[in-house]
Amino acid sequence: MAYVSIADRDHEIEHHDPQTFITKYVWSQDHKVIAVQYSITAIFVGVVALILSAMMRLQLGFPDTFSFINPENYYQFVTMHGMIMVIYLLTALFLGGFGNYLIPLMCGSRDMVFPYLNMLSYWVYLLSVIILLASFFVPGGSTGAGWTLYPPQAIMPGTPGIDMGILLMLASLAVFIVAFTMGGLNYVTTVLQARCEGMTLMRMPLSVWGIFMATVLGLLAFPALLVSAIMMLLDKTIMTSFFIPAISSMGADPGHTGGSPILFQHLFWFFGHPEVYIVALPAFGIVSDLLSTHARKNIFGYRMMVWAIIIIGGLSFIVWAHHMYVSGMNPYFGFFFATTTLIIAVPTALKVYNWVLTLWQGNIHLRVPMLFAIGFIFTFIHGGLTGLFLGNVTIDLPLSDTYFVVAHFHMVMGVSPVLVVFGAIYHWFPKITGKMYNETLGKWHFWMTFLGTYSIYLPMHYLGFLGVPRRYFAMGNTEFMPESAQTLNSSITLSALFVAATQILFFVNVIWSLKSGKKAGPNPWGATTLEWQTPDTPPKHGNWGHDLPVVYRWAYDYSVPGYADDFIPQTVPPDKAPAGREHGGESH
Amino acid sequence: MPLAVVLILLVVGSILFHLLSPWTFTPLASNWGMVDFTVDVTLWVTGAVFIAVNLFMAACVIKYRHKKDTRANYEPENKKLETWLTVLTTIGVAAMLTPGLVVWGKFVDVPEEAHEVEAVGQQWHWTYRFPGEDGEFGEVRAELITMDNPFGMVPEDPNGRDDVLVYSPEVHIPIDQPVKFLLRSKDVLHDFAVAQFRVKMDLVPGMQTYLWLTPTETGRFEVLCEELCGVAHHTMRGAVIVEEQDNFEAWLAGYPTYADTLGAQPGNAAVGGGLYGVCSACHGTQGQGMQALNAPKLAGQGEWYLRRQIENYKKGLRGAHEDDTYGKQMAQMANSLVDDAAINNVIAHIQQFPDEPAPATVEGNVESGERLYRVCAYCHGADGMGIQALNAPRMAGMTDWYMARQLKNFRDGVRGSHLQDYYGMQMGFMGRILADDQAINDLVAYINTL
Amino acid sequence: MEFILIILAVMLAVFLGWLLKSSFNVQPWVAEPVDETANQAPMNANAKVVALATLLAVVTSFFALIMSAYGLRMDYGDWVPLNEPQLLWLNTGMLFLASLVLQWTRNGTVSGQVSRLKPGLIVTGLLTFAFLAGQFAAWRMLSASGQYVWSNPANAFFYLLTVAHALHILGGMYVWARATLRVVNGAHPDSVRESVVLCTVYWHFLLIVWLVMFGLLLST
Repeated sequence: MAYVSIADRDHEIEHHDPQTFITKYVWSQDHKVIAVQYSITAIFVGVVALILSAMMRLQLGFPDTFSFINPENYYQFVTMHGMIMVIYLLTALFLGGFGNYLIPLMCGSRDMVFPYLNMLSYWVYLLSVIILLASFFVPGGSTGAGWTLYPPQAIMPGTPGIDMGILLMLASLAVFIVAFTMGGLNYVTTVLQARCEGMTLMRMPLSVWGIFMATVLGLLAFPALLVSAIMMLLDKTIMTSFFIPAISSMGADPGHTGGSPILFQHLFWFFGHPEVYIVALPAFGIVSDLLSTHARKNIFGYRMMVWAIIIIGGLSFIVWAHHMYVSGMNPYFGFFFATTTLIIAVPTALKVYNWVLTLWQGNIHLRVPMLFAIGFIFTFIHGGLTGLFLGNVTIDLPLSDTYFVVAHFHMVMGVSPVLVVFGAIYHWFPKITGKMYNETLGKWHFWMTFLGTYSIYLPMHYLGFLGVPRRYFAMGNTEFMPESAQTLNSSITLSALFVAATQILFFVNVIWSLKSGKKAGPNPWGATTLEWQTPDTPPKHGNWGHDLPVVYRWAYDYSVPGYADDFIPQTVPPDKAPAGREHGGESH
Repeated sequence: MPLAVVLILLVVGSILFHLLSPWTFTPLASNWGMVDFTVDVTLWVTGAVFIAVNLFMAACVIKYRHKKDTRANYEPENKKLETWLTVLTTIGVAAMLTPGLVVWGKFVDVPEEAHEVEAVGQQWHWTYRFPGEDGEFGEVRAELITMDNPFGMVPEDPNGRDDVLVYSPEVHIPIDQPVKFLLRSKDVLHDFAVAQFRVKMDLVPGMQTYLWLTPTETGRFEVLCEELCGVAHHTMRGAVIVEEQDNFEAWLAGYPTYADTLGAQPGNAAVGGGLYGVCSACHGTQGQGMQALNAPKLAGQGEWYLRRQIENYKKGLRGAHEDDTYGKQMAQMANSLVDDAAINNVIAHIQQFPDEPAPATVEGNVESGERLYRVCAYCHGADGMGIQALNAPRMAGMTDWYMARQLKNFRDGVRGSHLQDYYGMQMGFMGRILADDQAINDLVAYINTL
Repeated sequence: MEFILIILAVMLAVFLGWLLKSSFNVQPWVAEPVDETANQAPMNANAKVVALATLLAVVTSFFALIMSAYGLRMDYGDWVPLNEPQLLWLNTGMLFLASLVLQWTRNGTVSGQVSRLKPGLIVTGLLTFAFLAGQFAAWRMLSASGQYVWSNPANAFFYLLTVAHALHILGGMYVWARATLRVVNGAHPDSVRESVVLCTVYWHFLLIVWLVMFGLLLST
């Protein structure tokens, strides 16, 4: 009896209840503190990456204007921006941050099943971040091979950071994967083993489903990155030839034989494509819960949503080579991967329909988290639809490696998940801190971020149609690009700088609200899920006081006919219901 | 309410942007109109979904926003609706996928009659090879690549003897004939992309890839490298010139076969000495250069670089810009070297001069120059001795005032702006990084210390 | 890549199939108390077993990927098959015996024959150590005959696979060492039972990985 064994640990938890500042906030084994540590670290590196992107945009918008940007550090900015955003910000924030905070609270557990391992996971993650940031300061600087780190250029002359930079990058990735695996084992085991009584799989909130499935993907996919990192380290340090064929680099023979650069790409994207869903699935899950709570309506088609998450998770392992249509791999693979890729659009589209149908006949409160959730649906539709261009092997011929790709993936896995991140932070801020955020600042933050990012990425697609290649330090005089393309680039840069600057509103809001925000009640949104039913706000170490919660219903009992309130928490037993209650299932 | 209005405005705005945007596909110049057709089909399907779903969402926000005493409807799921949506989505996806797979099938399957051209990529320029009269390419090996054998030809292979070697980023192809580009890289990944042709493919070291097309328009089409290949990735440009068959043949005849390059005669320094008499008036008897006459030092410079510059002057790729006062003088003089033999001879003579470092005349901040030089070092080498494989000449020990002037020329477009001066164009990109004259002086001052 | 795909497909099919199975014929919107057994993990295992199973899935993915890469890389022209030292057969025997003895120890621990515990653990350790020493000797033999890591891709893969496997064994040895120390210091057998059970699964797993890997190395 899983939950009994957790309950047995009551005395143990009290015994370990941290006393000093150091044990409470630094060497903490409390999943909530670890979640906050993960989040703060991730957001910190995210800000670093944001500044890097501002530097890139300055160069692209106003070439030959800023003497502190040259091709060498430009490509270093590109690489570090991409790697940080994808791995060290989004993966760490969704799984290490939200996963840590939400899984035990939403599943009704006292903590992760292995709290010590969980703590270790954070510290190892921090180590990987430190190694990563250190690479800025070593001789030769950080690597400039692009976030995909394709060999041979990642370790051959002509690319920045081929001495120390690439080694630190690969080492940092390996350390990150160790940290992720420690965390991931915890998340999976906690979801499978430590749910409270009555919390069946099909009663779990979709946030937990999304994070859970993302963790499963991560656990199976990250080894591919680890394998490729190890092999590249060996190619670089002891001259093996996993990936490097016989070449003539800078007029000299470096001494490799017969390796295969394509092999690296297969391994990288075998990780890289599931990685997209490692970021997307938690966002899918969280946004479902935000929509349902603030529209006071059950999520439409819960079972379909769960199946879609499972099917997308499974399919994400057989679409990886759609990143490689023009990589020189066997072109006949294109037929298979185009087909699987477009099939994955079906469950994804169903998720979108169900979000919108959740709004239909709802009772929509346009609070800040809801604004971000609806903003997400808009940007995700846009990013998802442009994915149908790139996933279709033929259209990849003109559009791959152009700004269309950049615009697409920023829309779908940059802007969209980040909107969810902000929505989620505003949504759970009262629970995490016990204070309300400032609604006005939050709304300003939403509008500037949402409209600003759209004005960056919508026009960028059209540069791609035109054929402007990505990863170009400068376009120079290219005959087929009209002068106005540069004007467009400048305007994109101005939007980007504007969006970057407005993020200050978010930090102001968080700091101001922590200091002087209104005190929050235990359940300000009238939500059904367990984290809003804790005895204390913010929840104490151990979460549930003396008794673990018992769950009697799913997480979406909103506006159930026959009830006075428009929500019924998961912990309310059915026999507490007024007589004559009609079952929702019969209403259609 | 503002949210709903904004959502509607964003949908309308996106459509207007799409319709009014001057930034769209370049005019098609190949047979791949079917690619454009697939794009159009996808645009229609996705555009419809984009409009429908977002407007529906906006309507929901208007109609069902929170009002006092309203309550949401309770409906856990609706199997019929979900089934319908699944079926409709599947049909839409199939409509986009089908043309995609059909066109890809054509792309994969090269027509038998296509003639072959090999495009070779390396950091950071293109070269080309034609199979010659026998229609077969000779074998190549990466290990054999040297500056004397830049294509890595295997000398024993008889098929390679008549291969035509085009050591230039510009290639010509005849119009209306299907052509199969065989793609090969010497060092890292590259990507051969011409926007107007719609097709592209990566070059992968250690293997051969391909793409094919039939050019349908004459003209000059730029080749861009579209796979990150190092710091000068954005300068890796070339061009495909599509022209009538006769012009193409005449162009191809101007390039040597592999056998020709093997039989090339070295220059005769003694004969060159006679020709050098004219040069010595400005460049000095020992090629040491004279600042008073604006003539740089020649001694110690790579013979390949001297040859290319003389040819550039003769062809008008250099010294044709109206602000290039001294370049124009040299362009006049270069015409006195009537043929390749003369050029080879005079260069052979220059190679015999003693290499004394030129005197330092430019002053600047060496530390700041050292930082700037980090980018230069990728091509010109950390020691400033130049790397021929990268078309980067020697700078250490050469005339500093001349380098400063050339950097300004590159930066200002006085040099390197001719369409066919591909290597000059590359240096133009790099020269524009230097913010002002002070930066140039700092850089040159550092080069003086090498 | 077929190899990893098949392995992954099987792992995912089992797991996702289980998830899907528990979602069919459920009407989640119906509120009612649920039978306690309904929220157990597959096979009613406890948390540590589930965590170990998850870890093994990760390690399976890791080794399957390297072996897939092996299969892809093998087809390139510069591949010179390696003659594996005969010593590897002896090492295989050692690892097999270690697994066997550990299973014997585990059975004893579970069924109450605790006298098996101490000798069983020590012999398992010795055998496993002999395996590691044998592997080390094999690397020495190879490099003594000029077969270095960088000499040929076949060599590189050989070293990579065997070293990665040995490191995983060392990880297991850490848990083994903690349990054995406790037993030697006279701790109650119950306190190590779980460790022994988990170690047994882990040892069997690494034996299977080794057998697959050795088979692949020998056959190419």
